[in-house]
Amino acid sequence: MAYVARKIQFVGTPETNPETKPFFEGAAEGKLMIRRCTSCKKAHWYPRELCPFCFGNCEWEQASGNAKIYTYSVMERATPPYAIGYVTLAEGPSVLTNFVDTDLGALKIGLDVKVTFIKAEGDGPVLPFFTPA
Amino acid sequence: MSLKGAAYIAGAWEHPTRKAPDKSIALLHAECARGALADAGLTKDDVDGYFCAGDAPGALGPLSMVDYMNLKCRHVDSTDVGGSSYQVAVGHALEAIAAGRCNVALITLAGRPRSEGQATGTAPRPGNPAAPEMQFEFPYGPATANLYGMCAQRHIYEYGTSSQQLAWIKVAASHHAQHNPNAMLRDVVTVEDVVNSPMVSTPLHRLDCCVISDGGGALVLTKPEIAKSLKRPLVKVIGVGESPKHQAGGQIDLTYTAARWSGPPAWEMAGIKPADIKYASIYDSFTITVLMQLEDLGFCEKGQGGKFVADGNLISGIGKLPFNTDGGGLCSNHPANRGGITKIIEAVRQLRNEAHPAVQVRNCDLAIAHGTGGTLGTRHCGSTVILERE
Repeated sequence: MAYVARKIQFVGTPETNPETKPFFEGAAEGKLMIRRCTSCKKAHWYPRELCPFCFGNCEWEQASGNAKIYTYSVMERATPPYAIGYVTLAEGPSVLTNFVDTDLGALKIGLDVKVTFIKAEGDGPVLPFFTPA
Repeated sequence: MSLKGAAYIAGAWEHPTRKAPDKSIALLHAECARGALADAGLTKDDVDGYFCAGDAPGALGPLSMVDYMNLKCRHVDSTDVGGSSYQVAVGHALEAIAAGRCNVALITLAGRPRSEGQATGTAPRPGNPAAPEMQFEFPYGPATANLYGMCAQRHIYEYGTSSQQLAWIKVAASHHAQHNPNAMLRDVVTVEDVVNSPMVSTPLHRLDCCVISDGGGALVLTKPEIAKSLKRPLVKVIGVGESPKHQAGGQIDLTYTAARWSGPPAWEMAGIKPADIKYASIYDSFTITVLMQLEDLGFCEKGQGGKFVADGNLISGIGKLPFNTDGGGLCSNHPANRGGITKIIEAVRQLRNEAHPAVQVRNCDLAIAHGTGGTLGTRHCGSTVILERE
């Protein structure tokens, strides 16, 4: 099934949540920014100020952008169809995303993918997506 | 002190409507309340505890509905965990009754997504932008069907589950729905019908998905002394459990549901095991929902759900575990996009020997009603209720 770009909708603005503003600033520069705890050293998703594993303080780091497909589902009922999925980042956490610029019928669990960036509709920010590596 | 048996379900009523464009949501709630109280043999004035969830109209939990129905309550609770809220409400009512905070607890659910034209499963619904996950999920189009599709895809990958096995769940529901005059879909379907129906979101087909319906239901719980003074069969609450499951900071594992955590405390309180259950109401937003919850409640080993549900094992009179004998969400109704209360109502019918004769389980003395609210693919709550006919 051929990939057709869909409109990406964003609710609110990056300013809605000051906690995650640096994430969107990074994405605008083509960087996938994630949070890692300075205490327990674990990376997590989605980004939070306090570590969801130990409530320690976290800092931003640029992820490699390399990941593997954990699962996916192609919404064939939608126009155009699109593929949602979770990818497991090389850094550990799994991230909800869409798969773009690829035959949707060729997606497989375990497939190596890499990050790519697309701007949301209107005033929306640049956001990370994934495509086969 | 164990809460086992501290309350009875004295009244249960399901609204017969499946499409109600001429009724307000508040009226549907009130009609359900009236129905359940009449079923119990109680009146509005007996109610001193009210329980509702996010489907209740009004911004402040129970306030608009207690005002609309003019209830005089000394206890209210509006814990909202989606479609599992009503099993949670049974547990909370049990606690409130045991603590003496109320004697007659009323639980209502109602809504009309069908009349409002809601594309429940296929259109992403934006929520509050302040929800911390919103900016990292909504852009990717999380409709309901694709979030459950991701769970099914992973289950197939890990355990070799097949679309044909999932289809058996719908087949069983359709066998039951043919006897329910109120059910939206009454035609018996085959495995081939399900797997050949249009794909919604891989690997889930149209017939793997529940219906979108208007309607509602209500329950009345009372303390034992009151229940025993009424004329209805005695249905005792003997086990409850509730637990949320979420994304755990990105440590995603979509192979199991919160039933893995809500089940054990319910089984322990009840002092019984899955093999003792004669009838099971299992939340059925999608076929995969049923399969995963059956595994997680302990009816079969993890990964063996596909084999367990195949070949009619869930069909009353044929299989070992009759499930959703009203046709469930897959065939009968899913009022307010929340199927929790109808699961409890059908379990009560079975325990009272008041299910349709074609699907009534013989000597039905122990039943389970399990709910899921939210979505298995992101955040959800599992809630388990175990009931006994006394």
